[in-house]
Amino acid sequence: MTTSPSTTRAGGVHLDPPGPEPVGLGRFGDFGGMYVPETLVPALEDLTVEFRTAWHDTAFRTEFAELLGSYAGRPSPVTECHRLSAHLGIRVLLKREDLNHTGSHKINNVLGQALLTRRMGKKRVIAETGAGQHGVATATVAALFGLECRVYMGSVDVERQALNVFRMRLLGAEVVPVTSGSATLKDAVNDALRHWVASVETTHYILGSVVGPHPFPWMVREFCRVVGDEAREQCRLILDGRDPDVVVACVGGGSNAIGTFTGFVDTDARLIGVEAGGQGLESGRHGAALSRGVPGILHGARSYFMQDEHGQILEAHSISAGLDYPGVGPEHASLKASGRAEYSHATDEMALVGVRLLARLEGIMPALEPAHAIGWLADAVGRADGVAVGSTVLITLSGRGDKDAEQLAERYAGAFGLEPVERDERPR
Amino acid sequence: MKLEAHLRQARASGRKLLVPYVTGGLGGVWMEAIEAVAEAGADAVEVGIPFSDPVMDGPTIQEASLRALDVGATPAGINADLATLRIGIPLLVMTYCNPVAHMGFERFATLLVEAGVDGAIVPDLPLDELDPWSDAAGAVGLETVLLAAPTTPDDRLRRICERSQGFVYGVSLLGVTGERLALSSQALEMARRLKRTTDKPAVLGVGISNAEQAVEACSAADGVVIGSAVVRCLLSGGGAEAAGAYVATIRQALTDAGASADAVAG
Repeated sequence: MTTSPSTTRAGGVHLDPPGPEPVGLGRFGDFGGMYVPETLVPALEDLTVEFRTAWHDTAFRTEFAELLGSYAGRPSPVTECHRLSAHLGIRVLLKREDLNHTGSHKINNVLGQALLTRRMGKKRVIAETGAGQHGVATATVAALFGLECRVYMGSVDVERQALNVFRMRLLGAEVVPVTSGSATLKDAVNDALRHWVASVETTHYILGSVVGPHPFPWMVREFCRVVGDEAREQCRLILDGRDPDVVVACVGGGSNAIGTFTGFVDTDARLIGVEAGGQGLESGRHGAALSRGVPGILHGARSYFMQDEHGQILEAHSISAGLDYPGVGPEHASLKASGRAEYSHATDEMALVGVRLLARLEGIMPALEPAHAIGWLADAVGRADGVAVGSTVLITLSGRGDKDAEQLAERYAGAFGLEPVERDERPR
Repeated sequence: MKLEAHLRQARASGRKLLVPYVTGGLGGVWMEAIEAVAEAGADAVEVGIPFSDPVMDGPTIQEASLRALDVGATPAGINADLATLRIGIPLLVMTYCNPVAHMGFERFATLLVEAGVDGAIVPDLPLDELDPWSDAAGAVGLETVLLAAPTTPDDRLRRICERSQGFVYGVSLLGVTGERLALSSQALEMARRLKRTTDKPAVLGVGISNAEQAVEACSAADGVVIGSAVVRCLLSGGGAEAAGAYVATIRQALTDAGASADAVAG
């Protein structure tokens, strides 16, 4: 066993020492595990060993930190939102993952996994994507590292996110539309797993969230925790050494949230994850796996999933393709069970309020995913189960809104008091 | 009926083992299909309990699963129907972990046994996650068949062969279920590794589509599972009759190959 490195400093980026490993075969409390076909088990065991070794290797950590600095543009700033704070009667700080290269927190994870791919001697990567952010991030690092790249994307999402499909192809990736099942993110994961079963000896699967079989939930958390570790130190500078009272992040699979929470789990801050409430939890059309799902096993892990009374997985619904997933990472399930984190939800409508508030008061257009966190906060101030007036709140702004501009212009312009923009007919 | 005992006995009689797969709940046809493939010379029948997200299955069984779910297939409903079957050979159920865990391992295992099912395959429950299920299955006398893959290292293969009951299911290729143009180059090596490791019946499956491939696979293995090719007969409207006829051609080819091998040996 190598000794744990202390803080790694390179390229202007600080990495905290490696965090605790899950117990046994990827257990976070009662959740996690490695529920996969036999074909994949040896590859996952190898990946576990490779990641553990790399993550304790100073040279690997230094290269990761340098890339996060010189390529992704870290550290991302924390912005104090003066006008939004005055409007809500609380003090709001934003962790600006929207300012990273490729426009979201996804770049942190894919840089780490691309380094690991190279270290394992593999020349090819696959990924799943919902909104296309993780697909674009993966296509980006594949170009950077000279790796062949194939991205699985539900055909419904290919349609909804045509611009991101073009971006991935422009970056040299092959985009495979997935028509099986509901043709959205969960089916893209299914097809990526099926393909990985057939290509595991030559190909690394760059999973895009803290979901999936061990070691992914642990590994992706470790690659994303720079978000929370940075934010904690930045908040202490702004808040004279104090931590925020409340830390809020949106939760789909949960990678930006777990990355954020990990930085604050040892502080006194309340941790709040905001899931997609879709058209309301009572409508059944939502993505709130922790609020309304039950424990189950999908995509390799035991966690909370939306499912019917026979254990069939239900389709998720959200205005944001990135939260359109019927499950959640196992560590979130464990944080919910232990009570260390709380989980709530924001509807599509609240997310649009979040977009409007941040755009009009701060000149920042958030992606629809973190707009759920903003919208939740706007609704929660002063509520008994919400956030007390006068609190200091850190929100992770996990991505920027450019990718959603077209969708908002065509379908939701009314929410901003604007006329809809007609969509051009594109050749198919 | 005991699955492993039955298969060992069939093997001892010089017979190659043939295990066709039928998707349970597939509208209007699946029960008759089980009877037809049993009649056509199967040694056991594998019945799929459909799951919404079958990651080990290719397009054919995915489609059959979704069609079955669309007409309301449930684990309880399928087992209630299975309980009425009298086919004279063992039945085993293949499903995924979530429907099992959702019902609870003990309840699910009991449900199968009460329906007259002898064995179970849960492909997303590998060796390392097996204990809670195998405890529950073992308690009610249900045999759990484990998968071995071309990527499985030797020491792990040994542990899989020790724990597997009924037979050991050798995955013939790197990939998911579905028909292929030819038998995978990895199939025979998979079978030979199993035969070196265990005297339990070694049955190859995944990507074995026709009589020619079945005969080739059985040159090293004790038998084959034929899934997607049988299900395709049902999806394309041929009905139980087409499935039965397909399985009969495979049985005939295996018998002929056995006879000519005996002639050569004799």
